[in-house]
Amino acid sequence: MIPYPFTYHRATSLAEAQSRLKGEAKLLAGGQTLVAAMKLRLAAPSDLIDISQLKELSFVRREGGTLLIGAGTTHHEVATSQVVAASIPALQRLAEMIGDPAVRYRGTLGGSIANNDPAADYPAALVGLGATVRTTRRDIAAGDFFTGMFATALDEDEIVTQVRFPVPERAAYQKFRNPASRFALAGVFVAKTGAGARVAVIGAGPCVFRVPEMERALDNEFRPDAIRDIAIDPAALNSDIHAGAEYRAHLVGVLARRAVESAVDNAAADHSGMA
Amino acid sequence: MTKISLTVNGRLISAEIEDRTLLVYFLREHLRLTGTHIGCDTSQCGTCVVHVDGKAVKSCTMFAAQAAGSSVTTIEGLAQDGKLHPVQEAFREHHGLQCGFCTPGMIMTAVDMIARGAASDRAAIRRELEGNICRCTGYHNIVSAIEAAAGQMAAKT
Repeated sequence: MIPYPFTYHRATSLAEAQSRLKGEAKLLAGGQTLVAAMKLRLAAPSDLIDISQLKELSFVRREGGTLLIGAGTTHHEVATSQVVAASIPALQRLAEMIGDPAVRYRGTLGGSIANNDPAADYPAALVGLGATVRTTRRDIAAGDFFTGMFATALDEDEIVTQVRFPVPERAAYQKFRNPASRFALAGVFVAKTGAGARVAVIGAGPCVFRVPEMERALDNEFRPDAIRDIAIDPAALNSDIHAGAEYRAHLVGVLARRAVESAVDNAAADHSGMA
Repeated sequence: MTKISLTVNGRLISAEIEDRTLLVYFLREHLRLTGTHIGCDTSQCGTCVVHVDGKAVKSCTMFAAQAAGSSVTTIEGLAQDGKLHPVQEAFREHHGLQCGFCTPGMIMTAVDMIARGAASDRAAIRRELEGNICRCTGYHNIVSAIEAAAGQMAAKT
């Protein structure tokens, strides 16, 4: 499959990338979604601005109670980073569960969140940890960043430069994969933070969302039993050939309890959601 | 059109290509290195896996222009001085193939996996093969071949 023609540019600085980002131009980072979409002719940018070689976008750093990850950092780098593993092990495991090894070598954090696929994993971590997205222009709270299916708060010529994750007391991520595509039918990220418990869900709805009832219950008692009787309303969830909304609603409850269990007992395997 | 220079299997190559040329087509049609296969063309099957700067990636999901300045290794570049790479040898020894179509991608993925120390046991090898599909479903012998090659390569270092 051959994409529509476009002009390729390799950016040598963030400023250059920003100046070229207008009209139908698009940024190219790892390309693991964009190139596939272009081959299917679902996307037809006039220009591709390759930012994958910008070293300033690729880093992992701990600053006090915050873990900073550059937008150009690949899933492989997050999954193998000692700093990530020591700061937020749930995030390291989440990165390890994205796609396959070849995809993880190229796919990036910034690319994943800017695309905001409903089944992407990272949005759960950003919202579940209360992270902040830093762009070339401003800081955006994760809760405000993801605005809908494949939609974000980013302006046309705004570039994500890093994500700032507050380090939680404990956290865990569980997902249930479609056995064929391996994308998440549902995924739940839970965190116990100084500011309270957080529960973020991906895959089940058109966009990542929180579950306030579960968060309140977990504030009282951070144990799986605390959320056993909380039902998720299927009305707003996705229904497709892979799973109905009611099934997804049920999965969210199961995965949330598994995630809390795994967060409480760090020794528990984080892969029990693998079908 | 874009002019690119890159190293492929140790050889410096310069070419003028259409910007939309995927790396896999550049390798197969411009350089006639047809060992790298196109299977699904949607980034799932892994038969197009090559190494770019030492990392096993899917060459159907990358433009050739993105590889400019990089060093690319294909299945043709693994054997040295007429001697098969230990992973190739192990696939032959353990009959790690049936029709052979997925084999180049399997081997390039296996070489990377072993280099990272990720081929620690059979379960790990199967996890690492998530992005490579064998439609003959000959995984058993593929896993055996990778396990044997990993053991042999570890013994040598």
